Amino acid sequence: MIDLYTRRRIANATGLTISVAAMAFGLFWLCWILWTLLGRGLPALTPIVFSQMTPPPGSSGGLLNAIFGSLMMTIGGTAIGTPIGILAGTYLAEFGQRGWLAPITRFINDILLSAPSIVIGLFVYEVYVVHVKHFSGWAGTLALAIIVIPIVIRTTENMLRLVPSTLREAAASLGAPQWKIVSFVTLRAARAGIITGVMLAIARISGETAPLLFTALNNQFWNSDMDQPMANLPVVIFQFAMSPYEDWQSLAWAGALLITFSVLTLNILARVLFRQSASTH
Amino acid sequence: MFLHEARLKRQSIFDSLFRNLTRVAAFSVLILLAAIIGSLVIGSMPAIHAFGFGFLTSPDWDPVNDQFGALVPIVGTLITSGIALLIAIPVSFGIALFLTELSPRVLRRPLGVAIELLAGIPSIIYGMWGLFVFAPLFADHVEPWLNEHIGVLPYIGPFFSGPPMGIGILTASIILAIMVIPFIASVMRDVFDVVPVMLKESAYGLGSTTWEVMLRIVLPYTKVGVAGGIMLGLGRALGETMAVTFVIGNAHELGKSLLNPGNSISSALANEFTEAFGELYTAALIELGLILFFITFVVLSLARYMLYKLGQREGKAS
Repeated sequence: MIDLYTRRRIANATGLTISVAAMAFGLFWLCWILWTLLGRGLPALTPIVFSQMTPPPGSSGGLLNAIFGSLMMTIGGTAIGTPIGILAGTYLAEFGQRGWLAPITRFINDILLSAPSIVIGLFVYEVYVVHVKHFSGWAGTLALAIIVIPIVIRTTENMLRLVPSTLREAAASLGAPQWKIVSFVTLRAARAGIITGVMLAIARISGETAPLLFTALNNQFWNSDMDQPMANLPVVIFQFAMSPYEDWQSLAWAGALLITFSVLTLNILARVLFRQSASTH
Repeated sequence: MFLHEARLKRQSIFDSLFRNLTRVAAFSVLILLAAIIGSLVIGSMPAIHAFGFGFLTSPDWDPVNDQFGALVPIVGTLITSGIALLIAIPVSFGIALFLTELSPRVLRRPLGVAIELLAGIPSIIYGMWGLFVFAPLFADHVEPWLNEHIGVLPYIGPFFSGPPMGIGILTASIILAIMVIPFIASVMRDVFDVVPVMLKESAYGLGSTTWEVMLRIVLPYTKVGVAGGIMLGLGRALGETMAVTFVIGNAHELGKSLLNPGNSISSALANEFTEAFGELYTAALIELGLILFFITFVVLSLARYMLYKLGQREGKAS
């Protein structure tokens, strides 16, 4: 018979050990995945990857058109989504104290934030691709923009709420009109945080595959016309990884390494940037 | 004087322009949601007309004869997400406990960031890694063991017996679990942080162990928020596409064993949508998307409601 005291100590030790094990479990997968990526991606990451087009099956080539397409669509999606997101976030934080619009928008936005991205792809297919009757870079851009908007809204609102209201009051007492207060005082004060949000949004969309499957599709050749089907890294990786050809698979690993490390770098940069600006306040 | 008034007037026009501009932007979010639901409903109309409610309960999926039913992908989605949560909840709790109570201060931030990076890895990478690295290992080492040791047990045996192929429902569930761990863990960590230090210190003062403080003080105090975090993770798992598509096997069958290949809503969409021929096939796939959106909408609404309630309570306590 173990006495109560010992039993509690044992329960405590077991619980805490399991907690440490859980932490190790989480880190273990991260390390394993990154290790695999480096091991398989680095040998495949030759200069040719950046200088040649995606090859037909069974021959060697690069990912130039896919990298270009991904860049174009990511930039486009960010450029469309960011202004809308910042404006809507500004409304929620600065003008939405009264009325029904702000609480409902906030709620819907939180849902869109984690809505399945493949459904966004279906949506763009239905409203755009079906009507113009072909897949295109623009459709992909649109799908990515829809993913950017909720992320930017969220961070913009959160960051604007951190701005002390004394700043607003000071500007108002100097006679500044409201649009000037918001755009030159509060938005400027929250700048670093908002940029962080945009960077996180870019990181999120640069790895998105599902919404591009039915919108941008893929293109084996060089294409800078956004109105045509456009190659992009995630879909090329998907197609090449699922193929039986060795050359294609190793190119897929190279692409996977490229995407993952740009996404992780963006993530870390965003955090560092935000921390620096937070500590100077 | 006159000039001054004109200036003031101009500024107030700017003011209302600016305010309305932001309002339109906020309103566009509502329109977006309405448009998503509307377009999915319109797109799936042919299938809704053809199959009615039977679509939800029919296991048929026969593009050649235009017979479609959503049962297999729906069940696949629910089972993979369910198993993923079973694995992810205890692990996430452990991680959150470690990060809030046990970790040395210096390590707290880097370890927290490392877990968040796990969430940053694109899902297609999980899929590739699962297909090329995890599935073969799983087929060679884990599945034969499951077959031999758990497959022979009564009741649960049939779920774990079957050909060790590596790809299948169980593999997809494990990879999903790894993907949702960071989401659940970071919500848990955030809600654990809102527990007033006073409460914890009082319990420690009465002689509680760390484990008891976690189970009896922190967890009851934050249970609504923890549930919200779990629902958020569930929402992620339900809609996850690429990782599942790679490893689930894409078979429209309702096998009893978890080692068999299966299908989920999102993987059916990813695999078949661009190759779908005929109006009815496309419409059936869009209806699948509609069902997925509906399920995640309900789950995420619940999640937000719970997190909101915890937020309110936090406001009252302070």
